[in-house]
Amino acid sequence: MVISHALGARIKRREDPRLITGRAIYVDDLNFAGMVHVAIVRSPHAHATIRSIDTTAARRAPGVVAVWTGEDVKARCGPLPVGPRIKEMKAPKRFPLVIDGVVRHVGDPVAAVVATTMDAARDASDLVEVDYEPLPSVQDPEAALEPGAPILHQDLGTNVCFRMTYGGGNVEEAFAGADVVVKTRIVQQRLIPAAMETRGVVAQYKGGELTVWTSTQIPHVVKTTLAETVRLPEHEIHVIAPEVGGGFGSKLDVYGEEGLVAALALALGRPVKWIESRRENFIATIHGRGQIDYVELAAHHDGTVAGLRVRAIADLGAYSQLLTPGVPTNTGLMCCGCYRIPNAHAEVIGVFTNRTPTDAYRGAGRPEATFLIERAMDLLAAELKMDPVEVRRKNFIPPAAFPYKTPTGAVYDSGNYERALDKALERADYRALRDEQAKLRKQGRYLGIGIATYVEITGLGAVAGLSGGNWESATVRVEPTGKVTVLTGTSPHGQGEETTFAQIVSDRLGVPVEDVVVLHGDTRAVPHGVGTFGSRTTPVGGSAVYVAAEKVKDKAVQIAAHLLEAAPADISTDGARFTVRGSPERSVEFKDVARMAYKAYKLPAGMEPGLDVTHFFVPKERVFPFGTHLCVVEVDPDTGEVTFRRYIAVDDCGNILNPLLVAGQIHGGIVQGLAQAIYEGVTYDDEGQLLTGTFAEYVVPQATDVPAFELDHTVTPSPHNPLGAKGVGEAGTIGATPAVVNAILDALAPFGVKDLQMPITPRRVWEALEGNSASR
Amino acid sequence: MIPDRFEYVAPSSVAEAVGLLQRYGAEAKVLAGGHSLIPLMKLRLASPRYLVDINRIRGLAQLQEDDGTLGVGALTRHADLETSELIRSRYPLLADAARVIADPLVRNMGTLAGSLAHADPAGDWGAAMLAVRAQVVATGPRRDRTIPIDEFFVDTFTTTLGPDEIVSEIRVPKPSPRSGGAYLKVERKVGDFAIAAVGTYVVLDEKGACRQVGIGLCNVGATSLRAKRAEETLRGRVPDEKAIADAARAASEECDPASDLRGPAEYKRDLVRVLIGRALRRAVQRAKGGA
Repeated sequence: MVISHALGARIKRREDPRLITGRAIYVDDLNFAGMVHVAIVRSPHAHATIRSIDTTAARRAPGVVAVWTGEDVKARCGPLPVGPRIKEMKAPKRFPLVIDGVVRHVGDPVAAVVATTMDAARDASDLVEVDYEPLPSVQDPEAALEPGAPILHQDLGTNVCFRMTYGGGNVEEAFAGADVVVKTRIVQQRLIPAAMETRGVVAQYKGGELTVWTSTQIPHVVKTTLAETVRLPEHEIHVIAPEVGGGFGSKLDVYGEEGLVAALALALGRPVKWIESRRENFIATIHGRGQIDYVELAAHHDGTVAGLRVRAIADLGAYSQLLTPGVPTNTGLMCCGCYRIPNAHAEVIGVFTNRTPTDAYRGAGRPEATFLIERAMDLLAAELKMDPVEVRRKNFIPPAAFPYKTPTGAVYDSGNYERALDKALERADYRALRDEQAKLRKQGRYLGIGIATYVEITGLGAVAGLSGGNWESATVRVEPTGKVTVLTGTSPHGQGEETTFAQIVSDRLGVPVEDVVVLHGDTRAVPHGVGTFGSRTTPVGGSAVYVAAEKVKDKAVQIAAHLLEAAPADISTDGARFTVRGSPERSVEFKDVARMAYKAYKLPAGMEPGLDVTHFFVPKERVFPFGTHLCVVEVDPDTGEVTFRRYIAVDDCGNILNPLLVAGQIHGGIVQGLAQAIYEGVTYDDEGQLLTGTFAEYVVPQATDVPAFELDHTVTPSPHNPLGAKGVGEAGTIGATPAVVNAILDALAPFGVKDLQMPITPRRVWEALEGNSASR
Repeated sequence: MIPDRFEYVAPSSVAEAVGLLQRYGAEAKVLAGGHSLIPLMKLRLASPRYLVDINRIRGLAQLQEDDGTLGVGALTRHADLETSELIRSRYPLLADAARVIADPLVRNMGTLAGSLAHADPAGDWGAAMLAVRAQVVATGPRRDRTIPIDEFFVDTFTTTLGPDEIVSEIRVPKPSPRSGGAYLKVERKVGDFAIAAVGTYVVLDEKGACRQVGIGLCNVGATSLRAKRAEETLRGRVPDEKAIADAARAASEECDPASDLRGPAEYKRDLVRVLIGRALRRAVQRAKGGA
C-alpha cells in the first residue's frame, strides 16, 4: 500500500463536530408518540430462590401499562446466546428475565414495569413485591471450585463452565533443567467498563416491521439473535445502532433488555423505551477482567527462558454471555508474549460465581496475558539481578522468525520487538533515568521505571456466535454525481472510521475526503456485517472498504477506456481525471465516468450499469500489533501515593492510516490500562453486594489523574491485509497496566516489596511498606 | 437515578425561606449548590417532600472582610473562594482547601455554607473551619444566632442548626500578623473525598513560638474533628521538628477513623500523622513570610 496524501494524513475526525456540539442522536434522544417506559426490578440478593412475586400494587400504580415477570417472558421469548461453543463447555440458558425462579447475582432482572412515563415506571417498580429465600452464595472463583461450594446452576451439577489447555514442548523437563524458577499469583481484579452512555433500547413494531434502536457494538448480531429471541422472521427486524457513547466491549453482547424491550413492543403495540441507569450499569452490564493467574517461569542463569506454566481461573460471574469464554481463552493463547518460550503450558478454567457476568472489556484476555508474562519477566530479572531490559532482549522472538508460531498456538504475523524497545529506551534516555533513580534513592526518594513489551492479537471475530467468522463487509457506491457513499458492516462508536474509511476511499479513487460519506450501524442500510470490537474495524472492515474501492476503480477505468475508445491498460488516472497514456487531450473526468456508469447504453457490451461494489473481506489470519511502554513514577512511601513522572509509548500497528486517530486510541487505551493498575477495581462483600456501586466509590481517573503521554511508533506492516494495518484500539490498555505496575514495584524494590495487588492504591502501598517496616 | 416526588419552592428572601422551613419542618431541605443533596435524592437515600431553593435570594453570595472577620455568604461557591485574590493573598488555608474540593464542576456550584450544613465528615470545609475557628451565622424565625464552629457539628449529617434555621453566613477571623495556614489532602483521585485531610493554622509570637494553633481533621471521625490535644501539644512551643512530630503524633492518636474502601483505620491514623507534620511545616513557613 502506498501512503498517499489521504492515507496517513492527520485529518481531524469528521464525526466530532456533531458530537461536541450536542447534535448527535443517542438512543435516549428518541421519542415517539405513545411511547411507554420500562423500569426493571432487579435482585438485591446474590443468590436466592424466588418464592413469589406480587405485582398487584405495581399494576394499580398511576401510569402503569404492564408488569412482566419471568412467566410472561417464558411465554413469549426464546433464549439469548451463551457464548462461542467451546469444547465440553457447560453453559446455562439465559432469558430476558429470570424464568427458573433462581436469581444468581445482585442485579439479575426479575420483573419489568412498563408505564407512560419513566418516573411512573421507576416509582411503581418499588411496589413489585418479590419474596426471596436467600441461598448460600459463592463469590470467589477459587472457592467456587471447592467441593461443597454452592452450585449456581443445579442442572449443570458444577460451577465449572469449561477447561481448556494450551501449550507445547516439554514443560516438566524444562522446569527440571532450569537454574531458576520464579512464581507469582496475580489477581486480575474485575473492572467496570463505565462507558459514558449507559445501555439503552427503544423498540417499535409498526407496519409489519420491528425496529430496535440499541446502544450496541454489533447491530447485525442483535438482529439475527432477536429473530430467535422474539420469534420474528429476521427480515422483519430492523436494528439501528444510533450514536453510541462508548462500549469498550460492554456493548459487545446481546442483552436480555434488548429482547425484553422488543418483546414488549410486540405485545403492547406501542413504542417502548428502556434507559439503563448508572446504578444498573454497575450491576447489570458486564464487568471486565476477573481472573486469578498462577504463573511459573523457568530460566537459565543467563536469563534465557526455558519454560512457562500458567493456571488461569476465570471468574465468569453468574452466566456465560455472548463471548464470555473467549476472554480467558485469549489469555491462554497469548501468554508467551513477545518471547521465544519453547515449552509452555496454560490451563484455563472458567468458573461461575454469584456476581455480575464478565465478558470482553478493552483488551479481553490479552491484557491479562501480557500482564502475567511481563510481571514474570521482571521477577526473573530481579531474581537474576539483571536489568529488566536485558532479560527481555535476550528472549525476544527475532524479526527473522516471523511468521512465528507460539507453543500455545498463536501465529504471529510480523514483528520487530527490539526496534520498538530501543526506540522507547532512547526516547526515555533510560541510562540517565537509572542514574537519576540511584541519586534520588540516596535522598530518600523513590523513583521507579517500568517496562512492558507487549504483543497482542487483533482482527478477532472467528467465533461461532458471531455470524460465523472473521470477515467484514463494505459497499463503495459512487453516486451519479461522483460523490461516494460507503456502507460498512462494522459499527464504529467513537473510533473514528467515518474519517479513516473516507481516507481509504479517497486514497483509492482520488476523490476528496469531503466527497465520501461513511454509513454504519443500520441493518437496513448496510450489508450484513459483524461489528466493531477486538481492534478489528480497520484491519478487517477497512480492508473490505479497500478492496471494494479497488474494484470500483477497475470498473471506472474500463468505463473510461470505453468512453475514450482506448484499451483499459492504456488509461492512467489521478482520480479526478482518466487520461489515455501519451495523449493528454484524450481524457474524461471522474464525475463524468460516474454519470455514464448509470447510463446502460453508454457502457461496454455486457457490462452491468452502476458503480457500486460490495465486498466481503476475509483476512488470511489475525494480526499482531506490538510495542514497548515505559512508565516512570515516584512513590511517596509515607502516604503511599504514586505520582506519574513520564509515560512513553512506542506502538507498532503496522501502517498508520491517520496519526491523530491512532494517538487518540493510544491515549484512551493507556488511561484505561493505568486505571486498572492504580485506580479501578470492583469490590464485593462476602454476601455478593457490590461495594463499589457508584462513581463515588469506583475510582475512574480523570484527565488530571493521568500523565502527559510521549508517543512514538515503529511501522511493521502486516502481510495479512491490503492496508498492512493492525488494530490499535486496545494496544494502549494492554501495554499500560504492566508498565505502571512494574514501575511502582521498581520504585519499592529497596523495601523488598516484590508484588502488590491491583489497584495499587495509596493504602496498598502503605500496607506493603508497613509489612516491611524493618527496612524503613 | 430518578428521585422520589418532591415539591420545589424558590423563595426570594431569607425570611420567606425561613417561613417555608417553619411550615414544612423536617420534610423540607434547603437547596444551595445541591452537589451533596441531589445525588442523595437520585439514589433515593434522601427523599425530602419539599426542596427550598435559596439560589434566587439576592445578597447571599458575599466574600468580604469587615469588622475583624471574613464574611462568606450562604451562596458563595467553592470556586468563588478558589479564584478570589483576597483569599489567595490572606487566607492560605482556605485557598489550599478550595483547590482540592471535588472537581471544577462541583466547585462551580457547591457552597461552603451548604457543605457545613450537610455535615459530612468527608467535607473539606469542616476541617478547615475548625482550624481557623470560624463562626456559623444561623438565621431563623427570631434573631440571628452565631454558633462557634466547635459547637456546630453533632454527628454525621447532624448539626446544631434548628429545623427552621438557615446558614446565612460563615465568619472567619481575619488573619493575625505572623500567621500561616495550610490544607493537605490525600485522595484516591482528583475529585474524590479525602482518605484523610488536615487543615493547620498557626500564629507565632515575636519569639517564634506558637501563640495560637488550629488543627482540623477531615474524614477521620464521625464528624469533622478539631485535634485539640495536638493543638495543646504545640501551643507555646517553638514549632521545631520535635514539637511538630509531637503534635502530629497526638493528632494521629486522637482522630477516630473507620476502616473502609479507602483504607484501614491504622493507615488513616498514620496518614494524619504524616499530613499534620507536612501541613504544620508549611503553615509555619508561611507564618514566617514564606510561600
